[in-house]
Amino acid sequence: MSKFTDNVISEIKRDYIQKLLSQGSRIDGRGQYEFRKIEIIKNFIPRADGSALVRLGNTQVLVGVKIETGEPFPDTPNTGVLSTNAELVPLASPTFEAGPPGEEAIELARVVDRGIRESKAIDLEKLVIKEGELVWIVFVDIHVLDYDGNLFDASALGSIVALKNSIVPAQRFGQGENFPLPVRHYPATTTFVKIGDRIVLDPNLDEENIAHSRITITTNEEGKINAIQKGLEGTFTREEVLETIKMSIESGKYLRNTFILGDDQK
Amino acid sequence: MGGMATDIKLIDENGKRIDGRSFDELRPIKIEAGILERADGSAYIEWGNNKIIAAVYGPREVYPKHMQDPSKAILRARYNMAAFSVDERKKPGPDRRSIELSLVISNALSSVVLLEQFPRTAIDVFIEVLQADAGTRIAGLTAASVALADAGIPMKDLIVGCAAGKVDDIVVLDLNKEEDNYGQADLPVAIIPRTKELVLFQMDGDMTFEEIERGLKMAIDASMKVYELQKEALKRKYINLAQEDEQQ
Repeated sequence: MSKFTDNVISEIKRDYIQKLLSQGSRIDGRGQYEFRKIEIIKNFIPRADGSALVRLGNTQVLVGVKIETGEPFPDTPNTGVLSTNAELVPLASPTFEAGPPGEEAIELARVVDRGIRESKAIDLEKLVIKEGELVWIVFVDIHVLDYDGNLFDASALGSIVALKNSIVPAQRFGQGENFPLPVRHYPATTTFVKIGDRIVLDPNLDEENIAHSRITITTNEEGKINAIQKGLEGTFTREEVLETIKMSIESGKYLRNTFILGDDQK
Repeated sequence: MGGMATDIKLIDENGKRIDGRSFDELRPIKIEAGILERADGSAYIEWGNNKIIAAVYGPREVYPKHMQDPSKAILRARYNMAAFSVDERKKPGPDRRSIELSLVISNALSSVVLLEQFPRTAIDVFIEVLQADAGTRIAGLTAASVALADAGIPMKDLIVGCAAGKVDDIVVLDLNKEEDNYGQADLPVAIIPRTKELVLFQMDGDMTFEEIERGLKMAIDASMKVYELQKEALKRKYINLAQEDEQQ
């Protein structure tokens, strides 16, 4: 049984959520493709080289970036390295347990990683100190603090915001002046779940608990798709998948303009 | 995707791919059911240069005990690559990639197995990639569903899949290793053939909406061809068994 779905939910509540959805409304009053309220605090952890605390409704995720020097992978001697990890620490939910990352944490980290990597958000070629020998390694660590549904979008948003505000600590490693991490693309990630035959964006915990299938889609600023992950045991029709991709391009624009690029104008 | 800038040309001026296929052509596929003695069900698949065995044990007791579910069986798939299955030796044991693939494969198979019929039990599915040549998750899943049928486990349907992808700006079917390494996108798809609903769907790389739409259609159409091979493999095994019975 999945950590994300073994939260007990009463039959009455399940029926109530489903009945509301069949009438086109949601338990917290949102529209079908409406995000919960989003708040981001940048540089929440000054000790990190970049960080962001994301509140997505009552879900809270803290993403910290640490940048160190290290060896490149043998097959990519002329690029820096990106490494993404996620921890579902037990303080965030009664269903999370201490210990090494389980399959849900690994899926979360890999889906967030794929969005950043495949959109080529970080210019890894600018992170080479000595080709084949020394490069910058960018660690993105996702720390879930309060799990109230949709960790994928909160974590992906926190990651790109933290990266965009990261400083490469060159001085700390005797490699010259510090410089901003070269981020050139702005992937936005959106997650939908299917409950009965209804599809909703940004599921809260109650919705996630009764969902049968999930799909997470990352799009870039050109409206292209960089990553997709279908999750859970249920199914989607081809038409449903194409509809969610279309909606993801739209919702991704909102996330990008409001929260990823938004502060640039301020 | 590897996606590194490269001079390698993957599709020639006549639209032929490096292994001679056209853009919507599958690699050769061979499926055999019931190839292991001890397992309750098994299958072997050769898909291009992929060589993969799947085995099923169960329904059987759940260990560790706390994992059992009083309302249904739990289905646990384990995707594992042999150390010698890839060019550079792979460190044995689960890594993050294989843990993720085990999860998405478990989810896909759980959508058709009638788990409610076997409460408090486990159905274990083991997928061993002996030689890898791109598309291992789908080939492994395709073999695993034949192994489940071979084990006599009640299912709504088989699960079958195929990947599409993007190579030299062209949407193509069933990437081979070079195309997977140097191509622009990979789009693995698995379906319930009877309803054509998607049970596994992933994508990485760079594709437009229209390209995904096209890739998805190609992958679903190809899956239906692979479905025929799955059914033939199962029939072949039982025809052989019946003939052996007659001779006795």
